[in-house]
Amino acid sequence: MTLTLTRTHSRAPRSPGARRSGRNRRRPVWEDKPTALGQGLKGGVLVLVVASVMVPLWIVVLTSLSTPGAINRAGGMVLWPDGLTVDAYRQILTDGPVARSILVSLAITVVGTAVSMVVSVLCAYGLSRSRSFGHRPILLLLIITMFVSGGLIPTYLVVTGLGGYGRYWALILPGAVSVFNILVLRAFYSSTASDLIDAARIDGAGDWRILWSVVLPTSRAVTAVITLFYAVGYWNAFFNVMLYMPTESSKWPLQYVLLQYVNNGMTIPGASNGGFGSLQTQTAPQSLQMAVVVLTLVPIVVVYPFLQKHFRAGMLTGAIKG
Amino acid sequence: MNWRIRLRRDRSLLLMALPAVALLLVFSYVPLFGLITAFEHYDPLDGVLNSQWAGFDQFRLLFQDPAFWASLRNTLWLSFVQLILFFPVPIALALLLNSVLSERLRNFIQSVVYLPHFFSWVLVIAIFQQMLGGAGALNHFLARHDLGPWDIMTNPDTFALLVTGQTVWKEAGWSIIVFLAALAAIDPNLYEASAVDGAGRWRRMWHITLPGMRGVIVLMLVLRLGNTLSVGFEQFLIQRDAVGPEAADVLDTFAYFYGITAGNYGYGTAAGLFKSVISLLLIWGANKLAHAFGEDGLYRK
Repeated sequence: MTLTLTRTHSRAPRSPGARRSGRNRRRPVWEDKPTALGQGLKGGVLVLVVASVMVPLWIVVLTSLSTPGAINRAGGMVLWPDGLTVDAYRQILTDGPVARSILVSLAITVVGTAVSMVVSVLCAYGLSRSRSFGHRPILLLLIITMFVSGGLIPTYLVVTGLGGYGRYWALILPGAVSVFNILVLRAFYSSTASDLIDAARIDGAGDWRILWSVVLPTSRAVTAVITLFYAVGYWNAFFNVMLYMPTESSKWPLQYVLLQYVNNGMTIPGASNGGFGSLQTQTAPQSLQMAVVVLTLVPIVVVYPFLQKHFRAGMLTGAIKG
Repeated sequence: MNWRIRLRRDRSLLLMALPAVALLLVFSYVPLFGLITAFEHYDPLDGVLNSQWAGFDQFRLLFQDPAFWASLRNTLWLSFVQLILFFPVPIALALLLNSVLSERLRNFIQSVVYLPHFFSWVLVIAIFQQMLGGAGALNHFLARHDLGPWDIMTNPDTFALLVTGQTVWKEAGWSIIVFLAALAAIDPNLYEASAVDGAGRWRRMWHITLPGMRGVIVLMLVLRLGNTLSVGFEQFLIQRDAVGPEAADVLDTFAYFYGITAGNYGYGTAAGLFKSVISLLLIWGANKLAHAFGEDGLYRK
């Protein structure tokens, strides 16, 4: 009896690498079967919750793929594939500021994530060995920045003072280090079996070697989660563009181009011919707008399924220990 | 052990920490020093060190500025609405999800509700505009059925509800993680024992589940109260044009528009500093409150 109960509730503290079981939890014998009404209500609410996320995305994707006629027939809310076309994508990818901004976004995301990960992983490991020289004051130095900051304008003055205005590094370096992420990584590295590390040390490995060959391979899940967090942060950022390169449309990342559309309706400044304002187009303006939205979504939706199984474990450590 | 020997032994570890420390020194600690611009008539040509001192003039101006008080009022009001309408949602959702027996279904729902957390605010607002905006799906639908236009996206009166709705859509799913963790940590034997004692479904929820979540709920409440003045920044920045600064300006956007956009750096810094100081006090106070309830809060007493 007890054994059954323990098993039925043993789902949560799953180790990062554990396989998802897909099995159902059994209802404990002492618990009454819920009424049909209760079940129906619960199911209804859950369907509503899932639909509130999925339906808007569905509409956005279909709108981006629809012909003007189909959008009209559907009354603006395209719920069913009808008159599909990829014209909107062809148009924005061949013309105007969107195509270039995708490359800018990808470059910033890749370079920024690489910088952030290298710096964070090194720092987290450097501070993770207990009894190492000076790790406590350095840790304190890091944590203080989580509670007090100079704020928007002093940071702006520092970055522009260093000549960051209009430079790509201004979009990366000021926010490259997340102390929270370092603390999560450090928590994992501290708990990596010290036997393993001692063994490596006896075999003559230095700290660089240990980090590369012992610690990193044993913490793939958390590395994946933190990489995702950094990458999403860079991909989604637009405010630093607003601060440091608001007038240089050739350097805008995708989010900022999308913002222009959100703020200014259908015209995107800098879109000369065949941009969103063009009247001769055979493509509905809604399709063009939603195509930009979909392009913004794609990388996240592509990466998400691969990392989703990891971040439950990663976040929990962060939320509880951090 | 001699510190020289320890330094020599751990030099590679220190070297590893160096890049992150250097970045934080430049981009976190130097700006701290820049806070003194709040007490200056800061002139970019003179720099922080040579600008003319203003004493508390910037703060005096700030407290006489109706736009500042309006943004403070907006901040507090939006924070209050979010506390009432956002805070309970993840708790309820976590309880609901926890009662789903099928593991596969639970994982599926979790994957779906986590997703919007990874969207940018630009994206979220673009999607909301497509659904609820003047030319959006809802208004097309209303027009088809001869009902008047109802532009939710530009109405200052319902702005608080709109932004809270957006926050719920984007973050409620992600926020359930900590509550699910708390639920998973509750000893299942307690449920069995109370069921044997005759406690029904709702009694068990009241006497076992909710007390089991109490610590996390109080911690989240403390964090929420401590962040009263940080209701969100990008969300308001993006929608300020649509509903007007009267409804959408919060303290953070105030510092941006009246400081950076207007080139009035000392003034904006003063507004930012005001916010930081009050926020620190709020965190400290909320923590005291948590301790008074016998909970840990941010740190153990």
